[in-house]
Amino acid sequence: MVPALRIEDLSVEFTQRGARIAAVRQVSMDVAPGECVGIVGESGSGKTQVFMAAMGLNAGQAAVEGRVRFEDADILGTGPSELNRVRGSKLTMIFQDPMTSLTPHLKIGVQLAEVLVCHAGKSWSEARAAARRMLERVRVPEAARRLTQYPHELSGGLRQRVMIGMSLMCEPTLVIADEPTTALDVTVQAQIIDLLRSLRAEAGMALVLISHDLAVVAGLADRILVMYAGRVVESSGAGALFGRALHPYTAELLKCIPSLSGPRLARLPTLTGQPPRPGEAFVGCAFAPRCPRAAQRCRTERPLLQDVSGGGPEPHAAARRVACHFPLSA
Amino acid sequence: MTALALDAARRLRSNPGAIWALAAILCMVALTLIGPWFSPNGSEALDWSHVASSPALQSAHWFGTDRLGRDLFARTLEGARVSMAIGLVASAVSLGIGLGYGAIAGYVGGRTDQLMMRIIEILSGLPLIFFVIFLTVIFGRSEYLLFLSIGAVGWLTMARIVRGQALSIRRREFIEAAIASGAGTARIIARHVIPNVIGPVIVYATLTVPQIIMFESFLSFLGLGIQEPHASLGTLIAEGAGEMEAAPWILLVPGGFLSLLLLSLNLFGDGLRDALDVKEG
Repeated sequence: MVPALRIEDLSVEFTQRGARIAAVRQVSMDVAPGECVGIVGESGSGKTQVFMAAMGLNAGQAAVEGRVRFEDADILGTGPSELNRVRGSKLTMIFQDPMTSLTPHLKIGVQLAEVLVCHAGKSWSEARAAARRMLERVRVPEAARRLTQYPHELSGGLRQRVMIGMSLMCEPTLVIADEPTTALDVTVQAQIIDLLRSLRAEAGMALVLISHDLAVVAGLADRILVMYAGRVVESSGAGALFGRALHPYTAELLKCIPSLSGPRLARLPTLTGQPPRPGEAFVGCAFAPRCPRAAQRCRTERPLLQDVSGGGPEPHAAARRVACHFPLSA
Repeated sequence: MTALALDAARRLRSNPGAIWALAAILCMVALTLIGPWFSPNGSEALDWSHVASSPALQSAHWFGTDRLGRDLFARTLEGARVSMAIGLVASAVSLGIGLGYGAIAGYVGGRTDQLMMRIIEILSGLPLIFFVIFLTVIFGRSEYLLFLSIGAVGWLTMARIVRGQALSIRRREFIEAAIASGAGTARIIARHVIPNVIGPVIVYATLTVPQIIMFESFLSFLGLGIQEPHASLGTLIAEGAGEMEAAPWILLVPGGFLSLLLLSLNLFGDGLRDALDVKEG
């Protein structure tokens, strides 16, 4: 089966005041058609940069190396005109902040319809009708009236629904949602997650869900990749990951989720220490300074991402991979 | 009308200076357009029985005549019409060029921006008067040359202003979202950058009109602009300046008209800037 998105050895480096700062280091991953992959990591772990690079959004600011295949075409380094054949139609992105991601001077209906006019060559009247149906699909009340409103007249939750609708206008194969709920309050967050879940069931597109919040990813993802300091440190089916983490970092993250049923703690657990600063050089495992299981070997030799499920060579949803010399036992 | 525009219109209405200025501008425009129909005299007709006669409402020449006996009311209106037309056309041209040039430089950025800005600096370094005299010597006097030389410099500041605005807009999230939606550079500039810089641009354009009228009058005053028998406010003032002691009204009538026009345009431009809440600098 051809994966919807295949990323191979992707590295992203920024140059700041002469210093080279690696944001992403040799990341590889596959996203199968229809699959929902959750990408989890702290701020600065490179989780967003991987997909910014794939979408060609950091071109000109960052040095990007590696290969990105979307369906059956290489899309990395092909230039904007090649990219624009899939970007916005088959490969779309939902941004973190719906308050600032819609152009302020265009009506909602125009912004939605324009996607179809540009990519599918539809007429404005057809596209407008489709925009209205889309607003109904993403459960925006009073869709007809919303079409004639400007972004600033809508609440944050509604705007994020509009953004989601916009990403679905051309029936994409893959939608990348970059922290789609971070800028919203908790009740709206839950609604948006529900919406994404039901839209995925209807439309069957693959979804990459980037979040720093394991709880957001938990309800939606089939498979979860955990990133730390620009690398994937663990890759696992969602159920297996929440059942038992293999990488100590994942385990620590899971411990940080407050539990409603467990004993009440005086202090919420947190990870001690800081992730490596951008541009900081280190050998060995990036997590070693914060890791309770770290040994001498961790400080000198970098652990590789290895299959620990004992399955075949083909990566599949159940495969468990971890980059750790001393993983917790499965 | 967007809510923003309505809001700006409300603020503009509550500024009496700007409203009076707008009323004065509209009156002057109306006067120059329909005035000639009410005036009994043509602007080029010579009346040898009234040479350099003083203004008198009872006579046929309300504002008096110049030293060739031409009716000053009719000539001032014609001159004002020419000056206003040049001001508007040249402003529109500088708006068009400046908007496109500045938006491309600011949005594309990098080396393109550097190169485009250096070109602007070179052009704005040219001493304009020598430039115009130079062109006049080579190509002879013509009104097209006047447009060309005013146009050559009018857009420079506009382009700088637009570039500054475009620079701040290119990093906004909705631009990133537009790129991610597969919009090409030309489309993003036309559809997402330019409409969002329009506020400061409108304000600057209204302030460009009086500058250009002033500059045209200055060139015409020096004899480099509009040529006899056509008139602009500048040529009329130049003519009046020669007769200042004997017949001051020949200077005062077009001079007063020009002053009132510039004052009104500047007041209105300032009012518009306050209403649209454009930050200076």
